[in-house]
Amino acid sequence: MADKRAKLRKLTGRDKAVLTAMAGIPALLTTALIWVPALGSIVLSFSKWNGIGGFDQIQWIGGKNYYNITHGYPPFGPAWHHNLIWFAVFVLVPVPLGLYLATQLDKRIAASRIYQNIFFLPVVLSLALVGFMVELIYAPEQGLINNLTGHTKPGNLVDWIGNPHLNLFAVLTLAVWRQTGYVMILWLAGLKAVDPALREAAALDGANEWQTFRRVVLPALRPVTIVVTVITVVETLRAFDIVYVVNRGKNGLELLSTLITDNIVGEAIRVGFGSALASILLVVSVLVIVPYLIVTFRKED
Amino acid sequence: MTSAQNSPYAQGVSRRSLFRGAVGLAGVSALGIPALSACSSSSSKSSGSTGGNAGAATGTVTIGSNGSDQVPKKAFADLFAAADTATGLKTTVNTVDHNTFQQNISTYLQGTPDDIFTWFAGYRMQFFAQQGLLHDVNDVWDKIGGNFSDAIKAQSKGLDGKYYFVPDYYYPWGLFYSKSAWAAKGYTAPTTWDDFITLCKKMKSDGLSPVALGEQDGWPAMGTFDYINMRTNGYQFHIELMQGKQAWTDPKVKATFDHWTELLGYTSPGANGRKWQDAVAMVMNGQAGMCVHGLDQAGPQFQAAGKSDDLDFFAFPSIDPANGQDAVEAPIDGWMMSKKPKNHDGAVKLLEWLGTTEAQNTYLASSPNDVAAANNPDTSKYNALQKKSIQFVSSAKQISQFMDRDANPTFVSTVMIPALQKFIGDPSSIGSALSDIESQKKTIYAS
Repeated sequence: MADKRAKLRKLTGRDKAVLTAMAGIPALLTTALIWVPALGSIVLSFSKWNGIGGFDQIQWIGGKNYYNITHGYPPFGPAWHHNLIWFAVFVLVPVPLGLYLATQLDKRIAASRIYQNIFFLPVVLSLALVGFMVELIYAPEQGLINNLTGHTKPGNLVDWIGNPHLNLFAVLTLAVWRQTGYVMILWLAGLKAVDPALREAAALDGANEWQTFRRVVLPALRPVTIVVTVITVVETLRAFDIVYVVNRGKNGLELLSTLITDNIVGEAIRVGFGSALASILLVVSVLVIVPYLIVTFRKED
Repeated sequence: MTSAQNSPYAQGVSRRSLFRGAVGLAGVSALGIPALSACSSSSSKSSGSTGGNAGAATGTVTIGSNGSDQVPKKAFADLFAAADTATGLKTTVNTVDHNTFQQNISTYLQGTPDDIFTWFAGYRMQFFAQQGLLHDVNDVWDKIGGNFSDAIKAQSKGLDGKYYFVPDYYYPWGLFYSKSAWAAKGYTAPTTWDDFITLCKKMKSDGLSPVALGEQDGWPAMGTFDYINMRTNGYQFHIELMQGKQAWTDPKVKATFDHWTELLGYTSPGANGRKWQDAVAMVMNGQAGMCVHGLDQAGPQFQAAGKSDDLDFFAFPSIDPANGQDAVEAPIDGWMMSKKPKNHDGAVKLLEWLGTTEAQNTYLASSPNDVAAANNPDTSKYNALQKKSIQFVSSAKQISQFMDRDANPTFVSTVMIPALQKFIGDPSSIGSALSDIESQKKTIYAS
């Protein structure tokens, strides 16, 4: 300890200035742009305010917003439910599928760059475009699927977008299509970084392909696994754009994020009510992500 | 408010009013000449009839427009090209996607809004006036007051009695259909609910979807609710329900939904997954018999397909004879001035011009799906549907705007849209949904 302190003292004034700037500016920005607004939301969640006029217009109403959300806001339950389904699907499909595609692409097969681009392309598409594709594919009379399968008549029509039991999965199909490309690139980057010597050693020891993958490659991918897990959780909690483009997150497509915008963005708004919803989402995010990161990085040390 | 309820927007065009219109036009073109004599100091309170306070106003006036669809976009471009010539101002139009404009309105008005912008009459205008986000336009009305009926004037005032709105045009809602398709099958427009249902049955047996509905965007079905509710329970109850003064748990509301449930049996399935444009297309292509819409929605689509002459509409049939077909839904669109316009005098001058018959007919020349809000439109250039619209609205005993214009916007977007979509997907759910609606209404309206 004494040594360290001695070293610190040896820093010149200029070093100190540089260090302060390098650590201080990001800290300041994070505080100003993330933590102050987040805490502001929590404070506002105890208020009633239509967002117009100064702070003097705000009325403080205690926990009433939270009571109204849980007792008299019908979309709240379904939104939770849909976020959980979203998470389950994102864990079960894009994560393994992305890994599978990445391992195939990693084998230096012919034209792997082309496949890579094909799978990654959806990630680059703007969501307005993806929303438009939802229409092209699922619209009842004009859509691709119903026309291919002959379900465009009133009697046998399949209502992909309007049926609250179907539309979440219709939209999730496209969301998964995007997410898989994203996850695949992460896995692929990880695979490229795996030392080829490890595989050679495994081969020399007589391990087959599956054993090499299971016992050697996968453990080496650990840091990427953490990133993929975090990304999956984050993408689930912030899932928003596709459903919003389709029907603003209503009628079977409610998500926590769309409920927030529903109340905070609009002609006449409920800042307090929306902030209470946002605070709930914030708490959930922190509860999920922070323990995971703590546990993971503690093991790393 | 009472005049709005009891008298129609536009009276029939009498010879005298036509003459007045002609004089008005002459006055406007005189204003267009840069009048050196009219250099009175600018914004002093209303200085009489001609020349006027805004006569000397110059410079740039910015306009926020929600007319992002093709037809209105061109109509606005033509309108403001004409405005530049007529007023000597330089206008800059900022067009924003129609729905986005509405969504962001309160942020927009509290940021750096344009000098004037497009908006809607009704509670939707009064709300923002009440919040102090608008500049009153009383000085504009000193000039244009003679151009409008009392009903329109009433719809242009805030709750404080000041004017905040310059009406541009209105359009009626009704049941729209394709004339050729109906002629081929020999259908005739029903006036009572029983005849309406009989017609639906006949259409169904002819292999048509009787009523097309596209409710994916959440608002189109409100027109159907408004009409069934006004026909079942009368205009007064409907407006009070919209204003939060009646309970959604009232059996009268249930009766409205019961009638609608009957109609849903003849409504194209899959409405929640269909865009309204596709619903209109179904009517146009002969897949569906009719749709409840506004001329502003059905018109442009028939126009784009070159089938304007094939489009026609009739009044929503009566349900309770006590209410007959008295009420008509006819939303008014127009202009408002933001709280602190950069060029107030220029904005006043522009609004004065926008409130003239000349300006409104310039707009309507490229958008023939609306009717000028001013009293004496030159109907010689109107098409058959526009003439019918004037007649239709003139004969109405009461006029409503639209659910999302007559009611609290938060309530409509967070409660009514989900509730209506749920009802359309599963009509049997409405019984329990009404008490949910009522309890949410209480928390939202109580402020």
